[in-house]
Amino acid sequence: MPDQRLNFDVLVVGAGPAGIAAACIAAENRRTVAVVDNSPWLGGQIWRGIQTKTRGGTARHWLDRLQNSDVQIFSSATIFASPSANQLLAETPDGVLEFKWKKLVLATGARELFLPFPGWTLPGVMGPGGLHAMAKSGWPVAEKKVVIAGSGPLLLAVADGLKKEGARVSLVAEQANWSEVMRFGLSLLRHPRKLIQGVGIKSRIIGVPYHFGCWPVRANGSSQVESVTLTDGSRSWTVDCDYLACGFHLVPNLELPRLLGCAVSNGYVSVNEFQLTSVPDVFCAGEPTGIGGVDCALIEGQVAGWVAVEAPDYARKLFGLRADWHRFRASLHQAFALRPELRRLATPNTYVCRCEDVRLEDLSNCKSWRDTKLNTRCGMGSCQGRICGAAAEFLFGWKNDSVRPPLFPVRASSLAGKTDALPEITAEPNISSPT
Amino acid sequence: MPDRVTLFINGKPISVPVGSIVAAAVARSYPSCFHHSVHQESRSPLCGMGACFECCVTINGSPHRRSCLTLCEEGMEVLTGA
Amino acid sequence: MNPTFDIIIVGAGIVGAACAAECARAGLKVLVLDRGPVAGGTTGAGMGHIVVMDDSEAQFALTRYSRRLWHELRPDLPASAEYDQCGTLWVAADEQEMAEVRRKEKYYNQRGVRAEVLDARAVAAAEPYLRRNLAGGLRVVDDGVIYPPCAARYLIESAIAWKAQLRTGADVRALLREGGVVMADGSRFSAGIVVNAAGPWSPALIPGLPVRKRKGHLVITDRYPGQIHHQIIELGYLKSAHSVGTDSVAFNVQCRKTGQILIGSSRQYNEEGTEINHEILERMLQRAFEYMPGLAKLTVTRCWTGHRAATPDKLPLIGPVPDNEKIWLATGHEGLGITTSLATGKLLTDLLLERPTEISAEPYAPARLLQTNESAPEPCLTA
Repeated sequence: MPDQRLNFDVLVVGAGPAGIAAACIAAENRRTVAVVDNSPWLGGQIWRGIQTKTRGGTARHWLDRLQNSDVQIFSSATIFASPSANQLLAETPDGVLEFKWKKLVLATGARELFLPFPGWTLPGVMGPGGLHAMAKSGWPVAEKKVVIAGSGPLLLAVADGLKKEGARVSLVAEQANWSEVMRFGLSLLRHPRKLIQGVGIKSRIIGVPYHFGCWPVRANGSSQVESVTLTDGSRSWTVDCDYLACGFHLVPNLELPRLLGCAVSNGYVSVNEFQLTSVPDVFCAGEPTGIGGVDCALIEGQVAGWVAVEAPDYARKLFGLRADWHRFRASLHQAFALRPELRRLATPNTYVCRCEDVRLEDLSNCKSWRDTKLNTRCGMGSCQGRICGAAAEFLFGWKNDSVRPPLFPVRASSLAGKTDALPEITAEPNISSPT
Repeated sequence: MPDRVTLFINGKPISVPVGSIVAAAVARSYPSCFHHSVHQESRSPLCGMGACFECCVTINGSPHRRSCLTLCEEGMEVLTGA
Repeated sequence: MNPTFDIIIVGAGIVGAACAAECARAGLKVLVLDRGPVAGGTTGAGMGHIVVMDDSEAQFALTRYSRRLWHELRPDLPASAEYDQCGTLWVAADEQEMAEVRRKEKYYNQRGVRAEVLDARAVAAAEPYLRRNLAGGLRVVDDGVIYPPCAARYLIESAIAWKAQLRTGADVRALLREGGVVMADGSRFSAGIVVNAAGPWSPALIPGLPVRKRKGHLVITDRYPGQIHHQIIELGYLKSAHSVGTDSVAFNVQCRKTGQILIGSSRQYNEEGTEINHEILERMLQRAFEYMPGLAKLTVTRCWTGHRAATPDKLPLIGPVPDNEKIWLATGHEGLGITTSLATGKLLTDLLLERPTEISAEPYAPARLLQTNESAPEPCLTA
């Protein structure tokens, strides 16, 4: 028996831009709406920290709209199962919530792609987006030397953000070649706002070397990262750092869509022009449908919202703008495609699965993700294959399509459909402290 | 309304701004080791957003809690290095 | 042209692997085929207990024999097989179950299997996280647990060391009347004898074979080392395992070497799919909390399902199919496949080579369940 049973006309999973947009539209059209997010904040990854900003801007506009609406917000609530149709269970620090919905909007966002290379498990090696997000919540970066590496426009945005927090960003190493990124840059001419954003960022980080066509081959250090060795394919050089922020663009969070049976193609949730998935009454908007950034997510969230309130004509008004952003999305995808050298960074000794310490050499007899889970413990730890699975797909081409509840590790009592209520038989011994 | 919070990392009091995550408090006291891996290597957060579980610490007696998604609260007791 | 083998074993789970190892060691030319990877079926999903059970004399004899074989094999097992002789603690909830505990203690000891009765205090001392007010229990000290996929792989590798061949990703479509198999791609392998060790999928090759799929759920927690010391089973497990009809759950936990706690068990017929059935999962966990309340607070990392191969009389099928000496069975082990795999391999090989068996193989003979008349199950035979 869950602690609370809640019914909504529209349930939105994910409080990032797509989710907030969908929720606002639905609530403004007199539907009962809930937004559920597994973090304590609103804004997802890209708008992390907007609740403390008082200036205007797109993020502030949407946050104000959300907070002025009747949307009920459930933070620190992790969706972990869907035992029956139109039902989702979420675990909170105190118990379990059961949500029943008529329309569902999945706006579960994306996470960074991490690729294994020697030293990537050293403390101080983090994702760029992750480091930036944590810095906004107090992680110490002031006066710290940071090298940013990997791929994607996020690297520049993070360089900018970290500089604002007082970090000393020594360089940004983008693995894509100059020509590819330049072509992408030129395509921004069709997206003036993005271009202005880009130029603005660039001007703030003048003085930070932005290298193309280079990537990390090794993070060095004993108890934490002290330097990173980079290469451009012919020469290598080493740069001292306190943090190495390294991520290779983004992978969509598909676990909940897959659990619900949504069709996935080419690695993204398939949606029609109304952002409807293959499952009736289930919409998907934002990064899980394609990594397109915040503006794309906002439009898609609004489309989903309008269709969820059965006003498709309003949705249609956004199709032109959405098409623009989908073109942007496609050039983004092409410009920052990952180079094959990245598949050969890991040495036999390098951990591929961090949760279970499975090395590359341990995977040598494996031919598929399923094989891997039978032969080793790769993918069977707490991250449930989120980190290593995405890496393995890039490294070996192994697809991991199977998803089972719980979508995240949860208390056994939550999975049993109840809070920590004890059976009447007896008082319990204290099992929760380790060893 | 206080603008700082004091919590205990391995018994040591740490004062952080309100709105800080437990991971930030740990980083300000023991930067390198949030927990140990299966082969006893020190680990520290990777993804910063609740996917990697490398930020796990014990909070008020409950182990395996993601410190990157948990806000600091007054008097919290955090143990690292498990 | 594919070479002739003495034995083709269909199924590279732990039973097929044990049969392969024994046959190859005896000098037979063996081919093992599996449509998936080694241990990709029931073996990969199971709990891995090595336990002596007494539903019948025949079950007791087989589990006792096989457990002894595991003890003998232990020094050769790799560390990855994680053999742990933690012992089984059968727990009794009330006086009625304690009477059963005392009966079991006599039964086991009379048959040379060490077992000791524990009173309520001793059970609490043996396993502090069990709820208080249990009536007591039976400790079977020489039982243990193992990590099945690695054990199966070890057995397959032993077989290969004795010149057996293995093909994974090899889908057997039909058995040949004249000895051998037809593959999904139309190719054939010929053999003197084919052993159907395909577990819950055995009836696909021999329609009408009295083996039914019996679904189970398992849950594994994060690492909590030092909290559980034995494999713990409620006495009601026997009722669950040996019930023929409805869905049932029974409390059963194991501690893995990692410190992760494996929680089971559930049984369902007529559930062919592999998806999680929440209702029975919840029942299973709630049953577990009744015995070990502290489990409720632990973090669960994963849940999964598997299908056991169940026969009507709860004993496996080991031996030739009546009226066809070219088709043999090594299947139907229900929840005792890991335990009885080694004995199955030995019995099968002894029967094949017409050597005396260490225990009587009669109770497991397929002939007991397969009649030799019109309604007999026919293998999918093609010329």
